[in-house]
Amino acid sequence: MEFGFTTAAYVVAAVLFILSLGGLSGQESAKRAVWYGIVGMALAIAATLMGPGEGLWPVSLALIAAGGVIGWQLAMRVQMTGMPQLVAAMHSLVGLAAVFVGFNAHFELVRVLAMDEATREGLRGFGALIAKKDIVEQNILRVELYLGILIGAVTFTGSVIAYGKLAGKVSSAATKLPGGHLLNIAAAAVWVLCLVWYYSSGSFFPLFLMTLAALFVGYHLIMGIGGADMPVVVSMLNSYSGWAAAAIGFSLGNDLLIVVGALVGSSGAILSYIMCKAMNRSFISVILGGFGGAQGPAAEIEGEQIAIDADGVATALDEADSVIIVPGYGMAVAQAQQSVSELTKRLRGKGKEVRFAIHPVAGRLPGHMNVLLAEARVPYDIVLEMDEINEDFPDTDVVIVIGSNDIVNPAAQEDPNSPIAGMPVLEVWKAKQVFVSKRGQGTGYSGIENPLFFKDNTRMFYGDAKASIDALLTKLS
Amino acid sequence: MKFGVIREIEPGEARVALTPASAEQLAKLGYDCCVEAGAGTAAGIADSDYEAAGVKVLPDAAAVFAEADVIAKVRPPRDAEVDMLREGQTLIGFFWPAQNEALLERAKERGATVVAMDMVPRISRAQKMDALSSMANIAGYRAVIEAGANFGRFFTGQVTAAGKVPPAKVLVVGAGVAGLAAIGTATSLGAIVRAFDVRPEVAEQIESMGAEFLFLDFEDSQDSAGTGGYAAPSSPEFREAQLKLFREQAPEVDIVITTALIPNREAPELWTKDMVEAMKPGSVIIDLAAEKGGNCKLTVADEKIVTDNGVTIIGYTDFPSRMATQSSTLYATNVRHLMTDLTPEKDGQVVHNMDDDVIRGATVCHKGEITFPPPPPKVKAIAAAPKKDKPKELTPEEKRAAEVAAFKAQTRQQVTLLVAGAVLLLGVGLVAPASFMQHFIVFVLAVFVGFQVIWNVSHSLHTPLMAITNAISSIIILGALMQIGSGSFLVVLLAALSVFMAGINIFGGFLVTRRMLAMFQKS
Repeated sequence: MEFGFTTAAYVVAAVLFILSLGGLSGQESAKRAVWYGIVGMALAIAATLMGPGEGLWPVSLALIAAGGVIGWQLAMRVQMTGMPQLVAAMHSLVGLAAVFVGFNAHFELVRVLAMDEATREGLRGFGALIAKKDIVEQNILRVELYLGILIGAVTFTGSVIAYGKLAGKVSSAATKLPGGHLLNIAAAAVWVLCLVWYYSSGSFFPLFLMTLAALFVGYHLIMGIGGADMPVVVSMLNSYSGWAAAAIGFSLGNDLLIVVGALVGSSGAILSYIMCKAMNRSFISVILGGFGGAQGPAAEIEGEQIAIDADGVATALDEADSVIIVPGYGMAVAQAQQSVSELTKRLRGKGKEVRFAIHPVAGRLPGHMNVLLAEARVPYDIVLEMDEINEDFPDTDVVIVIGSNDIVNPAAQEDPNSPIAGMPVLEVWKAKQVFVSKRGQGTGYSGIENPLFFKDNTRMFYGDAKASIDALLTKLS
Repeated sequence: MKFGVIREIEPGEARVALTPASAEQLAKLGYDCCVEAGAGTAAGIADSDYEAAGVKVLPDAAAVFAEADVIAKVRPPRDAEVDMLREGQTLIGFFWPAQNEALLERAKERGATVVAMDMVPRISRAQKMDALSSMANIAGYRAVIEAGANFGRFFTGQVTAAGKVPPAKVLVVGAGVAGLAAIGTATSLGAIVRAFDVRPEVAEQIESMGAEFLFLDFEDSQDSAGTGGYAAPSSPEFREAQLKLFREQAPEVDIVITTALIPNREAPELWTKDMVEAMKPGSVIIDLAAEKGGNCKLTVADEKIVTDNGVTIIGYTDFPSRMATQSSTLYATNVRHLMTDLTPEKDGQVVHNMDDDVIRGATVCHKGEITFPPPPPKVKAIAAAPKKDKPKELTPEEKRAAEVAAFKAQTRQQVTLLVAGAVLLLGVGLVAPASFMQHFIVFVLAVFVGFQVIWNVSHSLHTPLMAITNAISSIIILGALMQIGSGSFLVVLLAALSVFMAGINIFGGFLVTRRMLAMFQKS
């Protein structure tokens, strides 16, 4: 029972998915890229429904439609600042689905093995596929679905915790249960033992035990990672969900699942790698949680933080010719992007050069700031990356830092004992004047003191970012 | 402690060293403020305004001297005022210690501490107390306004029904704070502005204010970093070249604003008599250096004169005082910042820390000793221009060698990776059955394609990338769809749940991506 048509459709869908990811290399082609993805997905589902998944297809369609309505509602209602949470939450769905599909594969395998030759002949769809496998292939199938469930389960709890941290429902601090990494190692040992057990016995219990262990690791791993590393975590989970899909694809013998899973998995891995590089952290140390231990105490900071009010900032902006705005997570929290956009418009209207400097790890998602600024209709050609703009700070009159902290911390360059020493940062302190919009005197997400706030050319503009920028707007006519 | 401000007795001086706003800030530092009656009248601040801000109004200067521990004023004190100082009292104000040695000696004998606002070092930390800059800023602005009042035409060029008006041409000599302020004001009024300065590094500042920098091609140009950002005297040859440049400009320009000053020296003569004679009738010269003898020798300090050929020369020395409200606000803020530095604990007690560069520099007399001139500050005002190292020119052979080496290293790395990968694949292939290998090849190729494609994704699109990969990862739905037709109820149930969840993800993921991408727009 071959599905020539289905395979052909899968090839087209796979090409569309690759084009879709490749299209994201430019802002304009990206808009087309989404459509490639949508068409690819529709094609893949339609082909599966007509081919190997024809059983109960009305139910499938109804379920997809019902899920679609919920997904539609979610996507329409979410604020752009809530994006990280949503993406994390959706990863958990993929993880859970992978676990279920993996379980199903196991149940089917058991069921089919229990049948006699005659009944097997009458099987269709997935059952028929299993029926044709010989002993070696069945064993490989076990390993594959085992891996699929394992990765899926880690993704599931990991994503739920990541969602909780990003939504502020779980404390963002890195917390570990007593025992720390020993617990993770123990869980990993359980995985190996269960694999051997399952491989030899084929019973459900070791599979279930392993799932519990994997769920625990997902929870514990992500709880141990501090909030500042969340961008890496989200893209890492993204990668996991891809690998889970690929593993399931192996066990189901579905090439499209393998291709797409591998695409997603490798893309998530590269994103994590890019971000770790931007933070000068090793990928391993991020995954294992906590900052690497610094040698010796961090340098003491002398001086005081000098506050300024909206009038002072407005005057400085009036006199400035070039302004660079450095947004951070604080802007997202305060939903200040519209006000920032209005500020940009007014300053540009006065003939001043206004640009945005985006650090690769600003915010809680890679590219988070770009999306927020785009939402507020800030033209993307004045939004620049760290490498493009870092040299321009010395020639800049005014820098406004809105709710970012670690990414503008000069300690990364000046203090070899700082926990973030060596991390590339935006060199805002080289500008003539720096205004920092910040809630209060506390330290940022990573809990590191920032010497920038004590510099002579820095003024602290305390208050909620949105309220502060709005107050500033009333002073700039 | 008490902070007192007295009325300026210099004729024509309208400024005052305290405003109600600065008094409120000083109160926060722990000072009780008092002021002589009528001190702010000329600057538009009534005694009742002070009282409203919690300032005690005292009848005369003697009462203020008797009550306050810190006295602030604008102009250097007269002898009579110095004589009222008592031991331990602090006087803040302009002092010009280099020119007022006798006055300084007198203050020393009284045992008072004198902090000269004009001696605040020009380092970035002290900018907030740099009264010379804030006053120069006002002078530059006022110079243009004054010129406009005495100039018979518009600044901006206009084409009207009643005829065409040419724009005024303004030349600013000396681009310090005052010069730059004048440039800014004149350009914003619509004039064509040219500017000159002996320090070539300010060309950029001049151009940034919207003026044209008159470039003087001369080898021995100055670097002002060593002199605290001020100009130094120039060589006779340079001066000749400079005057030649001005002589060419003289018949063309309508308004000349000269601001050239060299610290502790008489102002250099830059606008000679023959240049004045070459100017068009109706032209205006504003000489901001009039107090130090003037950049034009025809200038009469504090007066406006008109030459025989109809050129108005204004030599007022009190431009800041002519805008007393504005200048008092800025000066009072400068003084207040100085007090903040003098009161580290915010408890109303002056701590005279002579180790602090700024306080040391500004203090000219302390504890019965003259402390002028101060030692050179530890921090240089302006960083010296970095030595420009030319990157070493590589010979073509060296370049080629480097390229070949890089290419070889890259090739070696890639070949190693390929060999390792191939060996690994072979190892798997020996064990696994053919059906698995088929899928495995697809998998490896897909990973490879993924790596190649994702490196090209633009940085700003990482969030959409994540959303779209999230949507695509719901391809897991295919697995569930294949299983939903099974005979076992449990399998159907789990598969149905998976289909449902993946459905949420597909729609949610793609929609969110579309929403995000729709927002990116060009300016």
